[in-house]
Amino acid sequence: MIPLLQASQFPGRHSVLEPAGAQAALIKDGLWDPMFVTASVTFALVVAALLWALLRRRVGGETLEDPARQRRLGLTVSLATAVTTIVLFVFLVVDSTVGRATTATPGHSALQIRVTGHQWWWEVQYRDSLAQHWVTTANEIHIPVGRPVVVELRSTDVIHSFWPPNLSAKRDLIPGHENSLWLEADSSGEYRGQCAEYCGHQHAKMAFLVVAEPSDSFAGWLAGQRDTAATPADSLTRRGQEVFLGSACPMCHAVAGTPAGSRVGPDLTHLGSRRTLAAGTLPNTRGNLAGWIVNPQAIKPGAKMPPNALSPDDLQALLAYLETLR
Amino acid sequence: MSSPCRSHWATWVRGLALAGLAAACRRETRQFDNWPPTASAAAVVREVDLQPGPPTRHVDLVGPYDGNAYGTGEGKRLYNQMNCSGCHFQGGGGIGPPLMDSQWIYGSQPENIFQTIVEGRPNGMPSFRGKLGTDQVWQLVAYVRSMSGLLPKDVAPGRNDDMQVRSQEQSTTKAQPGRSTLPPSAEHP
Repeated sequence: MIPLLQASQFPGRHSVLEPAGAQAALIKDGLWDPMFVTASVTFALVVAALLWALLRRRVGGETLEDPARQRRLGLTVSLATAVTTIVLFVFLVVDSTVGRATTATPGHSALQIRVTGHQWWWEVQYRDSLAQHWVTTANEIHIPVGRPVVVELRSTDVIHSFWPPNLSAKRDLIPGHENSLWLEADSSGEYRGQCAEYCGHQHAKMAFLVVAEPSDSFAGWLAGQRDTAATPADSLTRRGQEVFLGSACPMCHAVAGTPAGSRVGPDLTHLGSRRTLAAGTLPNTRGNLAGWIVNPQAIKPGAKMPPNALSPDDLQALLAYLETLR
Repeated sequence: MSSPCRSHWATWVRGLALAGLAAACRRETRQFDNWPPTASAAAVVREVDLQPGPPTRHVDLVGPYDGNAYGTGEGKRLYNQMNCSGCHFQGGGGIGPPLMDSQWIYGSQPENIFQTIVEGRPNGMPSFRGKLGTDQVWQLVAYVRSMSGLLPKDVAPGRNDDMQVRSQEQSTTKAQPGRSTLPPSAEHP
């Protein structure tokens, strides 16, 4: 109950039952709905049979040795077994049909996105024929509505699994092996996704957000992400940038346009424009960001980010600077 | 001796044992928040024992986390977070010197190691001034010392969270705690 309540605070729908793409619709209409109906009917029949057997009064003189009765009972059991087998066989066929349909290749117009799983966050990269147009971001995947997207899945450490339930089935990210999956959003919106393969201490706090938007606003977003970080304009943000570059931050994080270029942690070039922090753990607000920087281990114990001992003035300047990275 | 008397004694013995166990619960103080933070502070460390005038008595310093299993464990985490393993590996050394043997180029005392981390050393050891708080450096110091067996066994962290062929705590050669803070590099040319 508590995880459900927590999940509801975050932007993005997260439900298998509200499909927003062709893949998820196939799974719901082709697999979930028939299975749910069949299982419900079966359950009702079993309970009814059980109640009937419990409540039925045995007629006096009734014996099991009666051959006619034996034949009737045998016929009933055979019929039930046959029906069960047929139903199961139908579901076997439906299951493999839906599976094949969801994995069919989407064609050449698909957008390629490379998603790399890390303990415990998602690195998202939009590649381009020009290397300077590559966009690297984290935990937030923007996709155009109505265009198929091929997600290339990799992992640097352990097995993760990519699962945005409103859009597609899940697919594992396996270290040393490239996997891929495709999805397509029918309507614009924010859809939450989650790592679906236990990957260590903070597996539960390894979420991501798929933001589906019309293709022109997606193109605008992508162009904005290609920019390097804004140069600090006032003295506070300038001080913040000095704090950023002078403390432990650039040992792991990159901000394009500054000497910070490390690829160990998430790219922070456009941190201010993201909706969540720490892979969907917290909404991206100033207070949450401050808490995360100062003591990440209290929020996400085991995460690879160390606590950062900063004086209050330095911290405020750093926050002001990070908020300008939009 | 009658049996009620024996059971009476047994109750007393059990009670005493429980009291002893309860007393053993308080093992160490764990300080979770070290505020206000200071970016870094260099310990006052002498690099040589020579001094003009008569020799003065030397006092061995004890690192603030030397007997603290929690602090040492935090140091272990920082060791990987700060990428110490990038050069020293898991204690066996590679690009940097090994940390789990008994040889110390710049001294094995807590203040020597503190100085090494904060100020760096020639030939490759970078300075972590400004990257770590003072308490974090002391936690790292405790962990580095635990690797070569300079800390009591019950303090050294014993379990790894990630895959490893052999943990650094299983080093075979344990160092003997030295008497002097004088680093070997200063002893002879």
